[in-house]
Amino acid sequence: MEGLFDGYIAPEGTYDEMFVGDQDSVRTPSARLKKLFDSMSMEEIQQRADYMSNTYRNQGVTFDIGGEERPFPLDIVPRIIAAKDWQVAEDGVKQRVKALEMFLDDIYGAGRCFIDGVIPRHVVTTSSYFYRQAFGITPLNGVRIHVAGIDLIRDGQGTFRVLEDNIRIPSGVSYVLTNRRAMGSGVPEITSSHAIRPVSDYPAKLLAALIAAAPAGITDPTVAVLTPGPYNSAYFEHSLLARMMGCELVEGRDLVARGGRVLIRTTQGLKPVHVIYRRVDDDYLDPVYFRPDSVLGCPGIINAARAGNLTIANAVGNGVADDKLLYTYVPDLIRYYLDEEPVVPNVDTWRLEDPASREEVLDRLDELVLKPVDGSGGKGIVIGPAATREQLDELRATVSKTPRGWIAQPVVQLSTVPTMTEQGMRPRHVDLRPFAINSGEDVWVLPGGLTRVALGEGQLIVNSSQGGGSKDTWVLSGDGRRGRLEIRKAQNRKPSPPAPKPQSEPVAHAPRTKKEQQEQQQQGVDQC
Amino acid sequence: MLSRIAESLYWIGRYLERAEDTARLLESHVQTLLEDPITDEGTATSHLLAVMGIEAEDEMGFDSLVQMLGWDTSCRASMVSAFWGARESARRSREVISADLWEAINTTWNMVRNNRLQRHRAPEACQLIRERCALITGLVDGTMAHDQGWQFLMLGKNLERVDMTSRIIESSMINPDEDAAWMNATRACGGYHSFRLTHRGVEDPQDAAEFLLLDRLFPRSVVFCLDRAERILMRLDSTSGLGQLSETIRVLGAARADLEYRPRQELLGSVSERMALLQTAIASTDLAVADRYFDVANSVTWQAGVR
Repeated sequence: MEGLFDGYIAPEGTYDEMFVGDQDSVRTPSARLKKLFDSMSMEEIQQRADYMSNTYRNQGVTFDIGGEERPFPLDIVPRIIAAKDWQVAEDGVKQRVKALEMFLDDIYGAGRCFIDGVIPRHVVTTSSYFYRQAFGITPLNGVRIHVAGIDLIRDGQGTFRVLEDNIRIPSGVSYVLTNRRAMGSGVPEITSSHAIRPVSDYPAKLLAALIAAAPAGITDPTVAVLTPGPYNSAYFEHSLLARMMGCELVEGRDLVARGGRVLIRTTQGLKPVHVIYRRVDDDYLDPVYFRPDSVLGCPGIINAARAGNLTIANAVGNGVADDKLLYTYVPDLIRYYLDEEPVVPNVDTWRLEDPASREEVLDRLDELVLKPVDGSGGKGIVIGPAATREQLDELRATVSKTPRGWIAQPVVQLSTVPTMTEQGMRPRHVDLRPFAINSGEDVWVLPGGLTRVALGEGQLIVNSSQGGGSKDTWVLSGDGRRGRLEIRKAQNRKPSPPAPKPQSEPVAHAPRTKKEQQEQQQQGVDQC
Repeated sequence: MLSRIAESLYWIGRYLERAEDTARLLESHVQTLLEDPITDEGTATSHLLAVMGIEAEDEMGFDSLVQMLGWDTSCRASMVSAFWGARESARRSREVISADLWEAINTTWNMVRNNRLQRHRAPEACQLIRERCALITGLVDGTMAHDQGWQFLMLGKNLERVDMTSRIIESSMINPDEDAAWMNATRACGGYHSFRLTHRGVEDPQDAAEFLLLDRLFPRSVVFCLDRAERILMRLDSTSGLGQLSETIRVLGAARADLEYRPRQELLGSVSERMALLQTAIASTDLAVADRYFDVANSVTWQAGVR
């Protein structure tokens, strides 16, 4: 019989997370997974995959592209992360969130880091996401980054590196939750034979963090999720989170700001709201301060936050830390604020404002990746080796004109994971977005996160808006074996409950005797 | 409860009922045409369309009628349009309706969208819509808390049912003198068997009319639905504490009283006018409900610097 992994070879210079080289050299944490998949035929796997995507279509687990709802693509092969590898990623994310939290507090306040020369003031003030409107708004429990999505990749050696920070409104967590459920129903025998750290706590942790961030003096705060509306690509996620947290999902038009408070329109009149988990961008949030033509926000919402009657999560102005030029300073910020070495390093990056590096980068444009500093969703990225002559010339002109707007990085070979294709299992590049929640007491990192996979061969851009798929991410607990748990259960097994009594009640409509049944059957035979 | 969500739920109820009743109407219209040798097909068809509020082009055949009331997405009275409305409202209130309910609505939508419904023959398509709507209604009842949101959904459903039952009755009156008309209407409302059980097999048009308009036990009779809607409004309004009936209830109550306290012999005369009055009553109740619950505060708009 042909194996699913026949012909699988990890690409040169890339870390494959399942195999060291070809299909016979499987890494230990994935050994069981490979064995289980090997025992299934291609046809069977295809059937299961179809079942899973069908379920997504019926449940409406969708990602909108250009206004059209499409089922979110989920690959049937999970990605396994061993416990000790995860520990590194988790520590790195926590550390980074803590440092960025202190940084934001600093730049929207005293500005200590400028005085101490850690980062030039102009880097912050020229960022398009630095909002002076947020200056001096200090959150009660000190949290600005309630939810963070720090994108990680694994380089050629398998070392985790940070690719970018998303601390405005990171999305994708709903798919982590639904993917786990889909895997449970699609390949139950595989899911149940691994000890996987659960992800279902997320909504409860998020709700707790939002409640903890409530304004002073509010004992039972009303929490609402603010969505741009059903035409937003992440609307599914907004409604899922609202449903799981049991709070209202509001649109801008449901909100009214009066007297420094924000109220929601209910069937019983206007009711105050205290914490808004907003999924609307900063510049659409409040037409009074930002884009005056915005219909997605609520006029007056920033004033309410400044007055201390409303908490906006994540805070306004966080985007400055998402700026990719600022990203290059984050390791320094970690050393400065926490007095620690970064646990997870950055990807090497050139700052193009420096004339020497700019010259070097412009010389080597065809071998580097250039990214706009304020882009997201993979927009505007130029991958040198894949670009045409004209594209590079155009890029050179743009970069020379606006060096502040770009950074350059070497082409990082993202790690690969086996992925179901029409030819069987093939290596495809992945990244990882772990989600962290800061409750003010502690930063909690969801075990795993969203693994995005570039479905085309050799492709490096994984974004869902660019046709990427996803994988369920399994962080193993211990060595990932389920066996020991069962032994422990066996040890403290309770005495078995008494066997249920046999049913003795008569069944109401059962014919009393066999004879009666026969007679009933015979009746009316002639008439037909 | 959020006003916008309440409105969505109300419309889920209305659209679901509209889709189901349109299916019933279409089904019985086909049946009537088959059985009735006298009525002209063209006349019957344009009468039906007029009742549904569509301006008929001359010489509409049977096929184009099925097209219009069945799967024409540009025609707002079609089954597919109505179901689209239900699905869109459900999508907007997805975080409050039960997961089962959402999935049933969405699955049905996947069955009918992109012209999938017209792959079935007309009777099959009608049956599909009817059955899926019944399934969804069952889930509404069995998986949602019977809270305020549920009340709004049921309110929409009952108001729409009054409206549609009145239209079904009207459409059967192609020839008002004919005894069969009321029987057809009863059949279209799915009440033929319960009518025969109630009246022990005697098919009297007077009885049938009373059954469809006044029966207190048949869930599609006009009075039954008006009564339901009234009770729901009463419950929704309980917080106001005023000693008077609110505007939302007044119109409905008047419409119900007009039917219930009218001398029986007047019931069969001028059916079309009576049905038109009912539809007006439903429309003004709809406005009153929207005014009272859905547009709570006038919206604030911001125009660059001037407020």
